[in-house]
Amino acid sequence: MNDIRNSNPDGEDYEPQVSVTSTDAVGLAAGGSAAPLPGEDKSYSQGQLVARRFFRHRGALTAMIVLGIVIIVAFTSIGIGPIPGWWSKDYTLQYDKIGDGAPTWAYPFGQDTGGKDYFALVMRGTQFSIIIAFAVGILSTVVGTVIGALAGFYRGWLESVLMRMTDVFIVIPLLAVAAVLGRMAGESGIWGLAFVLGLVTWTSLARLVRGEVLSLRERDFVLAAQAVGTSAWRIITRHVLPNAIGVIIVSATLSISTAILLETSLSFLGFGVQAPDTSLGTLINEYQSAFATRPWLFWWPGLMILTIALCVNFIGDGLRDAFDPRQNRSKD
Amino acid sequence: MLKFILRRIGASALVLLGASLLMFFLTINSGDPLKDLRESNDPNAAQLMAERSERLRLDDSPWERYWDWLSGVGGCFTGNCDLGVTINGIDVLGLTQQAASSTLRLITLSTLLAIVVGVALGILTAIRQYSGFDYSVTFSAFLFFSLPVFWAATLLKEFAAIQYNNWIAVGQYAPWTIVIVAVLAGFLLQAVLGGSTRRRLATAAGVFAFVTVMLFVFNALDWWRNPMFGIGGVLLVSVAAGVLVTALTAGLGNRRVLYAALTTAVVGVIAYWFTAPLLVDEPTWLLLIGLFVVAVVVSVAIGAAWGGYARKQAMLVTGITGVITSFVVVADILIAHWSGFLGIKSRPISTIGSQTPNFDGEFWERVLDMGTQILLPTILLTLVSVATHSRYTRSSMLETLNQDYVRTARSKGLSEREVIVKHAFRNALIPITTIVAFDFAALIGGAIITEEVFGWKGMGALFQDGLNAVDPAPVMAFFLVTGIAAVLMNLLADIAYAALDPRIRR
Repeated sequence: MNDIRNSNPDGEDYEPQVSVTSTDAVGLAAGGSAAPLPGEDKSYSQGQLVARRFFRHRGALTAMIVLGIVIIVAFTSIGIGPIPGWWSKDYTLQYDKIGDGAPTWAYPFGQDTGGKDYFALVMRGTQFSIIIAFAVGILSTVVGTVIGALAGFYRGWLESVLMRMTDVFIVIPLLAVAAVLGRMAGESGIWGLAFVLGLVTWTSLARLVRGEVLSLRERDFVLAAQAVGTSAWRIITRHVLPNAIGVIIVSATLSISTAILLETSLSFLGFGVQAPDTSLGTLINEYQSAFATRPWLFWWPGLMILTIALCVNFIGDGLRDAFDPRQNRSKD
Repeated sequence: MLKFILRRIGASALVLLGASLLMFFLTINSGDPLKDLRESNDPNAAQLMAERSERLRLDDSPWERYWDWLSGVGGCFTGNCDLGVTINGIDVLGLTQQAASSTLRLITLSTLLAIVVGVALGILTAIRQYSGFDYSVTFSAFLFFSLPVFWAATLLKEFAAIQYNNWIAVGQYAPWTIVIVAVLAGFLLQAVLGGSTRRRLATAAGVFAFVTVMLFVFNALDWWRNPMFGIGGVLLVSVAAGVLVTALTAGLGNRRVLYAALTTAVVGVIAYWFTAPLLVDEPTWLLLIGLFVVAVVVSVAIGAAWGGYARKQAMLVTGITGVITSFVVVADILIAHWSGFLGIKSRPISTIGSQTPNFDGEFWERVLDMGTQILLPTILLTLVSVATHSRYTRSSMLETLNQDYVRTARSKGLSEREVIVKHAFRNALIPITTIVAFDFAALIGGAIITEEVFGWKGMGALFQDGLNAVDPAPVMAFFLVTGIAAVLMNLLADIAYAALDPRIRR
């Protein structure tokens, strides 16, 4: 993503158009002649410009740091698989309860009804939820991009078939089809679940990518590539998709937040992650009746989901602004 | 236009057919419907198993079972619907009718509310881009669509329902609560209205004083337990609504339209005065709907009569004013019944069910009961959708506000209202319609969860129980209702799209 410009074999002549992410405004900013920032005569590549704009977005930057901390703590505290973490307590062991199990220094998130350390349990749930969310995000992005690009580039019957298929998935409420598939895949562990969720969440991305590709395929640089006999595969991967990268990355980010909410909802309904695995949704489901007596059992997993989803959404927003800065300029 | 709609309906039917096939096969393959019997030690297990296989036609091929279901659904067109039976032999059609009415009520209400609030917020934030108001709405929007619905539902049950019920038993605001509420209201309104620092301060102070006085008066009248509104209040609110609608669409300078709107409001209130005996005692839904239709027709007629050169605009304004007046009338009747309702149900918002079982009250008290039951799930679903709608409206508005034709409109000296309402907003509506239709499907998903948390026996429960038992008939009934609702919503959006953008009509 960092060097769209360099990856393009068409050279400098096509530069102003090639680096356009669907908008002329970006093209102007990226064109070598117009200085991107007043008072600086250094020129930046498209990737550098995007990165600079992203890091100026305070909300997105904060969100990225917070999400980074959450991920690091979730994975290092109790360790992954055989690798031990720095947290001294184990999520499987029942400890002596201190009082009614309310949060203390020894048990910062409190203890559950049986005396298990709730911090370790929540961290384990967070790990599973994050793994699923990212796996789903990646898979749905790949599927959506491929389907959208094929439909948009080849048009004709292929487009009709693919888009009708997308419509079929859109008509069924996402939660419903995910629940049916989740029930089927629940026994095969979290990877199975992530796989099937990825298979149903690609629809909006496919539509967006198709729309983007439809407009890009009419551009002169694609016509030029076709005229010199470039293969369709090469045109799609080297000319069309790099220019749609903004839409794809933003949607990928947002699909991660969709995925985490979808997975926790499914687990809450009992169609998602199955025991012995756990997720933030199953934790809430397990302890929702404890709200009146042991509120901490209810607060922590919910706050974790909220934090992760919120961070991902903010990062997505920052990326959108970075890739498509038109909307930030209306203040004149 | 008709051809366009027919083509869309044809395509939607095909898509629905494909989706039903997919859903059916996924459902019957999602598990073993005989699992509980296989594991049971019941001596009759074998017989029960045979019975259930017979009922679900497990020995037939999946295609035959699908065809059986499909032809049953096809029967709906000829008047004898057959949606199959559940795993326990209960007729699914009856179950579906019950469930669908409560679920669709919830979803429709949330959608309408979300559209109104979300679009309004979106426009306001776009106009006041980068203000404190914009930032707080943006942050709240992100917060709400990152919110796990099932988690928020439990919070809402605790903090909105139980705390409110405790509070309404007394029904008095503490003085410091009044001050906090008034400060918040003043702060919010100055942020929305904007202007110079002096104007902002004046707005905030005015709102603060008004809210404080009103709340103390309400306390003194014991208004929260014995609320009343009265026909004077109805008149006041309807006239205000008429003026506001005129100001937003036609501008107050257009006297014809303004007078038409005022006439509508006054006629509406007079009509209320005469029909009050009919309305207040024991009306039927049919009567209410009939009166509503009459009200709308009369309002539009008033617009047509007053309109003159601005007939179309006047009709629109009077139509909207008429609808608002009708709602205010209903609100007035409901408010008048509140204290009686409190007498029957001392903790008005219960957290389980779509209506109180064995509730014994008059018509309006039953309506109030349904209203208080639907309140929390609606708030929840609306919040999530408002977040999406406001964000999309905002970005769509910002996009159109940057267009050349908006600059042209400004430079030829149109008022800011005309620029925003006529030039920017109309064009911004085009992408918004698509999002609303899409969001409808997401709302159904949210409804499944909300119904589970709030213990509604709706489509969500039908789906969940069916899926748990690997029982295709209820799952397919769920799909049928939600699928058709989603397709209808998309169709509406398409028609709105074509109406807004003539280029689409091919």
